[in-house]
Amino acid sequence: MNILKFFTAGSVDDGKSTLIGRLLYDTNSILADQLEAIQNANRKNDDGTVDLAILTDGLRAEREQGITIDVAYKYFQTDKRKFIIADTPGHIQYTRNMVTGASTANLAIILVDARNGVVEQTIRHSYLVSLLGIKHVVVAVNKMDMVDYSETVFEAITQKYKALAEELKLQDVTYIPVSALKGDNIVYQSERMTWYNGESLLYFLEQVDTDIQEQSDKARMPVQWVIRPQTDELHDYRGYAGRVVSGTFKVNDQITVLPSGASSTISKIEFFDKELVEASAGQSVTIHLASDVDISRGDTIVNSSALPQESKLVEADLCWMDTKALDTSITYLLQHNSKVTKCKIAEVVYKVDINTLEKHAADEFKLNDIGRVVLKTADNLPFDFYNESKANGSAILIDSRTNLTVGATMFRALAD
Amino acid sequence: MSKYNFDYLDELEAEAIHILREVAGQFEKPALLFSGGKDSITLVRLAEKAFRPGKFPFPLVHIDTGHNFEETIDYRDRMVARLGERLIVGSVQQSIDEGKVVEQKGKNASRNALQTVTLLDTIEKHQFDACIGGARRDEEKARAKERIFSVRDEFGQWDPKRQRPELWNVYNGKIHKGENVRVFPISNWTELDVWNYIRRENIELPSIYFAHDRDVITRNGQLMAASPYVNMDEDDVVERKKVRFRTVGDISCTAAIESDAFLIDDIISEISQSKISERGARMDDKVSEAAMEDRKKGGYF
Ligand SMILES: Nc1nc2c(ncn2[C@@H]2O[C@H](COP(=O)(O)OP(=O)(O)O)[C@@H](O)[C@H]2O)c(=O)[nH]1
Ligand SMILES: [Mg+2]
Repeated sequence: MNILKFFTAGSVDDGKSTLIGRLLYDTNSILADQLEAIQNANRKNDDGTVDLAILTDGLRAEREQGITIDVAYKYFQTDKRKFIIADTPGHIQYTRNMVTGASTANLAIILVDARNGVVEQTIRHSYLVSLLGIKHVVVAVNKMDMVDYSETVFEAITQKYKALAEELKLQDVTYIPVSALKGDNIVYQSERMTWYNGESLLYFLEQVDTDIQEQSDKARMPVQWVIRPQTDELHDYRGYAGRVVSGTFKVNDQITVLPSGASSTISKIEFFDKELVEASAGQSVTIHLASDVDISRGDTIVNSSALPQESKLVEADLCWMDTKALDTSITYLLQHNSKVTKCKIAEVVYKVDINTLEKHAADEFKLNDIGRVVLKTADNLPFDFYNESKANGSAILIDSRTNLTVGATMFRALAD
Repeated sequence: MSKYNFDYLDELEAEAIHILREVAGQFEKPALLFSGGKDSITLVRLAEKAFRPGKFPFPLVHIDTGHNFEETIDYRDRMVARLGERLIVGSVQQSIDEGKVVEQKGKNASRNALQTVTLLDTIEKHQFDACIGGARRDEEKARAKERIFSVRDEFGQWDPKRQRPELWNVYNGKIHKGENVRVFPISNWTELDVWNYIRRENIELPSIYFAHDRDVITRNGQLMAASPYVNMDEDDVVERKKVRFRTVGDISCTAAIESDAFLIDDIISEISQSKISERGARMDDKVSEAAMEDRKKGGYF
């Protein structure tokens, strides 16, 4: 059994929270005491049935305002798979929270209200999905009960979205007509839309491939910690602990340590009490080298036959996440895997109007703005491009005055 | 991840180890909060996997309410001896004796709420900048919203409206003096995942997790251990029942369930079929719809 991580996106009131509630409810994932709690809650649907959205709106302010402010994570499983859902807020002012939920997902469900069709928010959310490189998209056309389960309405929305998907180069898009409120095509195939020949949402989620997200097969392991017991019997023990972010390391592989450039070969790969012959993307292990090399936290071990980019200048997409606007005159910290280095924004190349997707020149970068910048770092960064490797192609920006995470960056090109 | 035959437990495990190593790398004085419950026992195993054959880069910290099940203290001491790691105990009794907190009165009195003060004092005394905890997002709806690195201010408070964005697997542990970070490596695990992991790893647990005979009373529809730490009066009828505990906290706020589950396999099938969530057996969450959110804002785990 494996895990599928997905998130829901859509405008306020499109039914994201209700859809998640419905998935949980119809898969019997809601336990009796939780159900009792929502039955006793004040918020009810107009027809008096329980409001399933309360399941995810976990904060007092959210229940009071009836909106989602921050990401909520929900868990459920079927016989086929385990699911981790991020219920993300749709409001433009909470875009940063949506990006948080989306960054670890391998699938996005974009809700569209059947009565309204593709709206500005749909474009914005779809743009974020393409920006963050999420592999699979489900367009769930919701509230079909309010348009008489009309095929024509569904088809028109599908056609409209296809044009958008093409423009955004979304690879894998699936369209499903649903009613989250009534439960049509969520877990059970709807009998009210016999014209629809596709699968229910759950069925689709159970089948979709979750093969490793990283496209890259280049072996990389950022060193997080050096294990040195310094006891008598383990006097010479020196293990480099980290999580392989892409590719596979094997015993006897020739490796290079960056940024120093020193090279060696892997003498042993350990995982707790086991010795492994290889370690692949996703695994947390301890690597031993045949020779003495100076390595500490923040260094990256890579396969010598597939070196990463190395540069102090890189063109990156930036999502700005702080209420304080970007300041090109100050020095930020850039955290790339286990490495932290000083960083300036050398240039703002353009900003994207995320409602129309138009690019335009800008000298200001405010909360929730997205665009292209040139980053200039103090140390050489051993990176890959984001489309090859999410883990080694992304970083966060930290404002050292406030210590807040102020930006998410995705490396796109070399800059000169 | 399926390519390498990487099962979901492997994936959750690898993520948790990565998080623990980030704590080691990013903080000066971290600590692992050890309650004696299955979640913190799981954390200890994960720490072994992250750092052995080296020592843990942090001590274990137990906030002791003084109202413990004997079995868990016994388990704790044996475990610490086996690990050869340092244990620091923060005592709620001491906080009471020093007049920092006042014991609750009445039938439903519990020391659970008092723990927060002892925890914050212990953090301050030892200058801990990161506290690793075993909370999971599936436990409760406010926890479902919390980041893996959750920054607390000088008073231990969580501000749910001002959480830092947390992207990919990059964790920002930068803090100002006086602040600290609560870190939750098993955020993405469910109760069932924890049990499946305990089974797979063959981890020993305190015996109270398994069915045993015990004197209990029924309080607000729940079974509570008949113990000197639970205030009883003449209305309370003590009965002997076959029970086990699903979570382990302070005796006065942890309810038992009737169960025949002697073995891990029995427990796993019991949980898979159960219709009541784990925190349903916690009196402390029943107080209001936002009970956990409010406690977290006040500095709770
Ligand atoms: N008629 C109808 N109403 C729906 C449907 N899905 C959601 N709603 C209602 O739309 C409103 C907003 O739903 P909610 O899940 O909170 O939306 P969110 O803001 O996207 O999370 C609520 O009143 C829901 O009951 C649907 O399929 N049909
Ligand atoms: Mg919502």
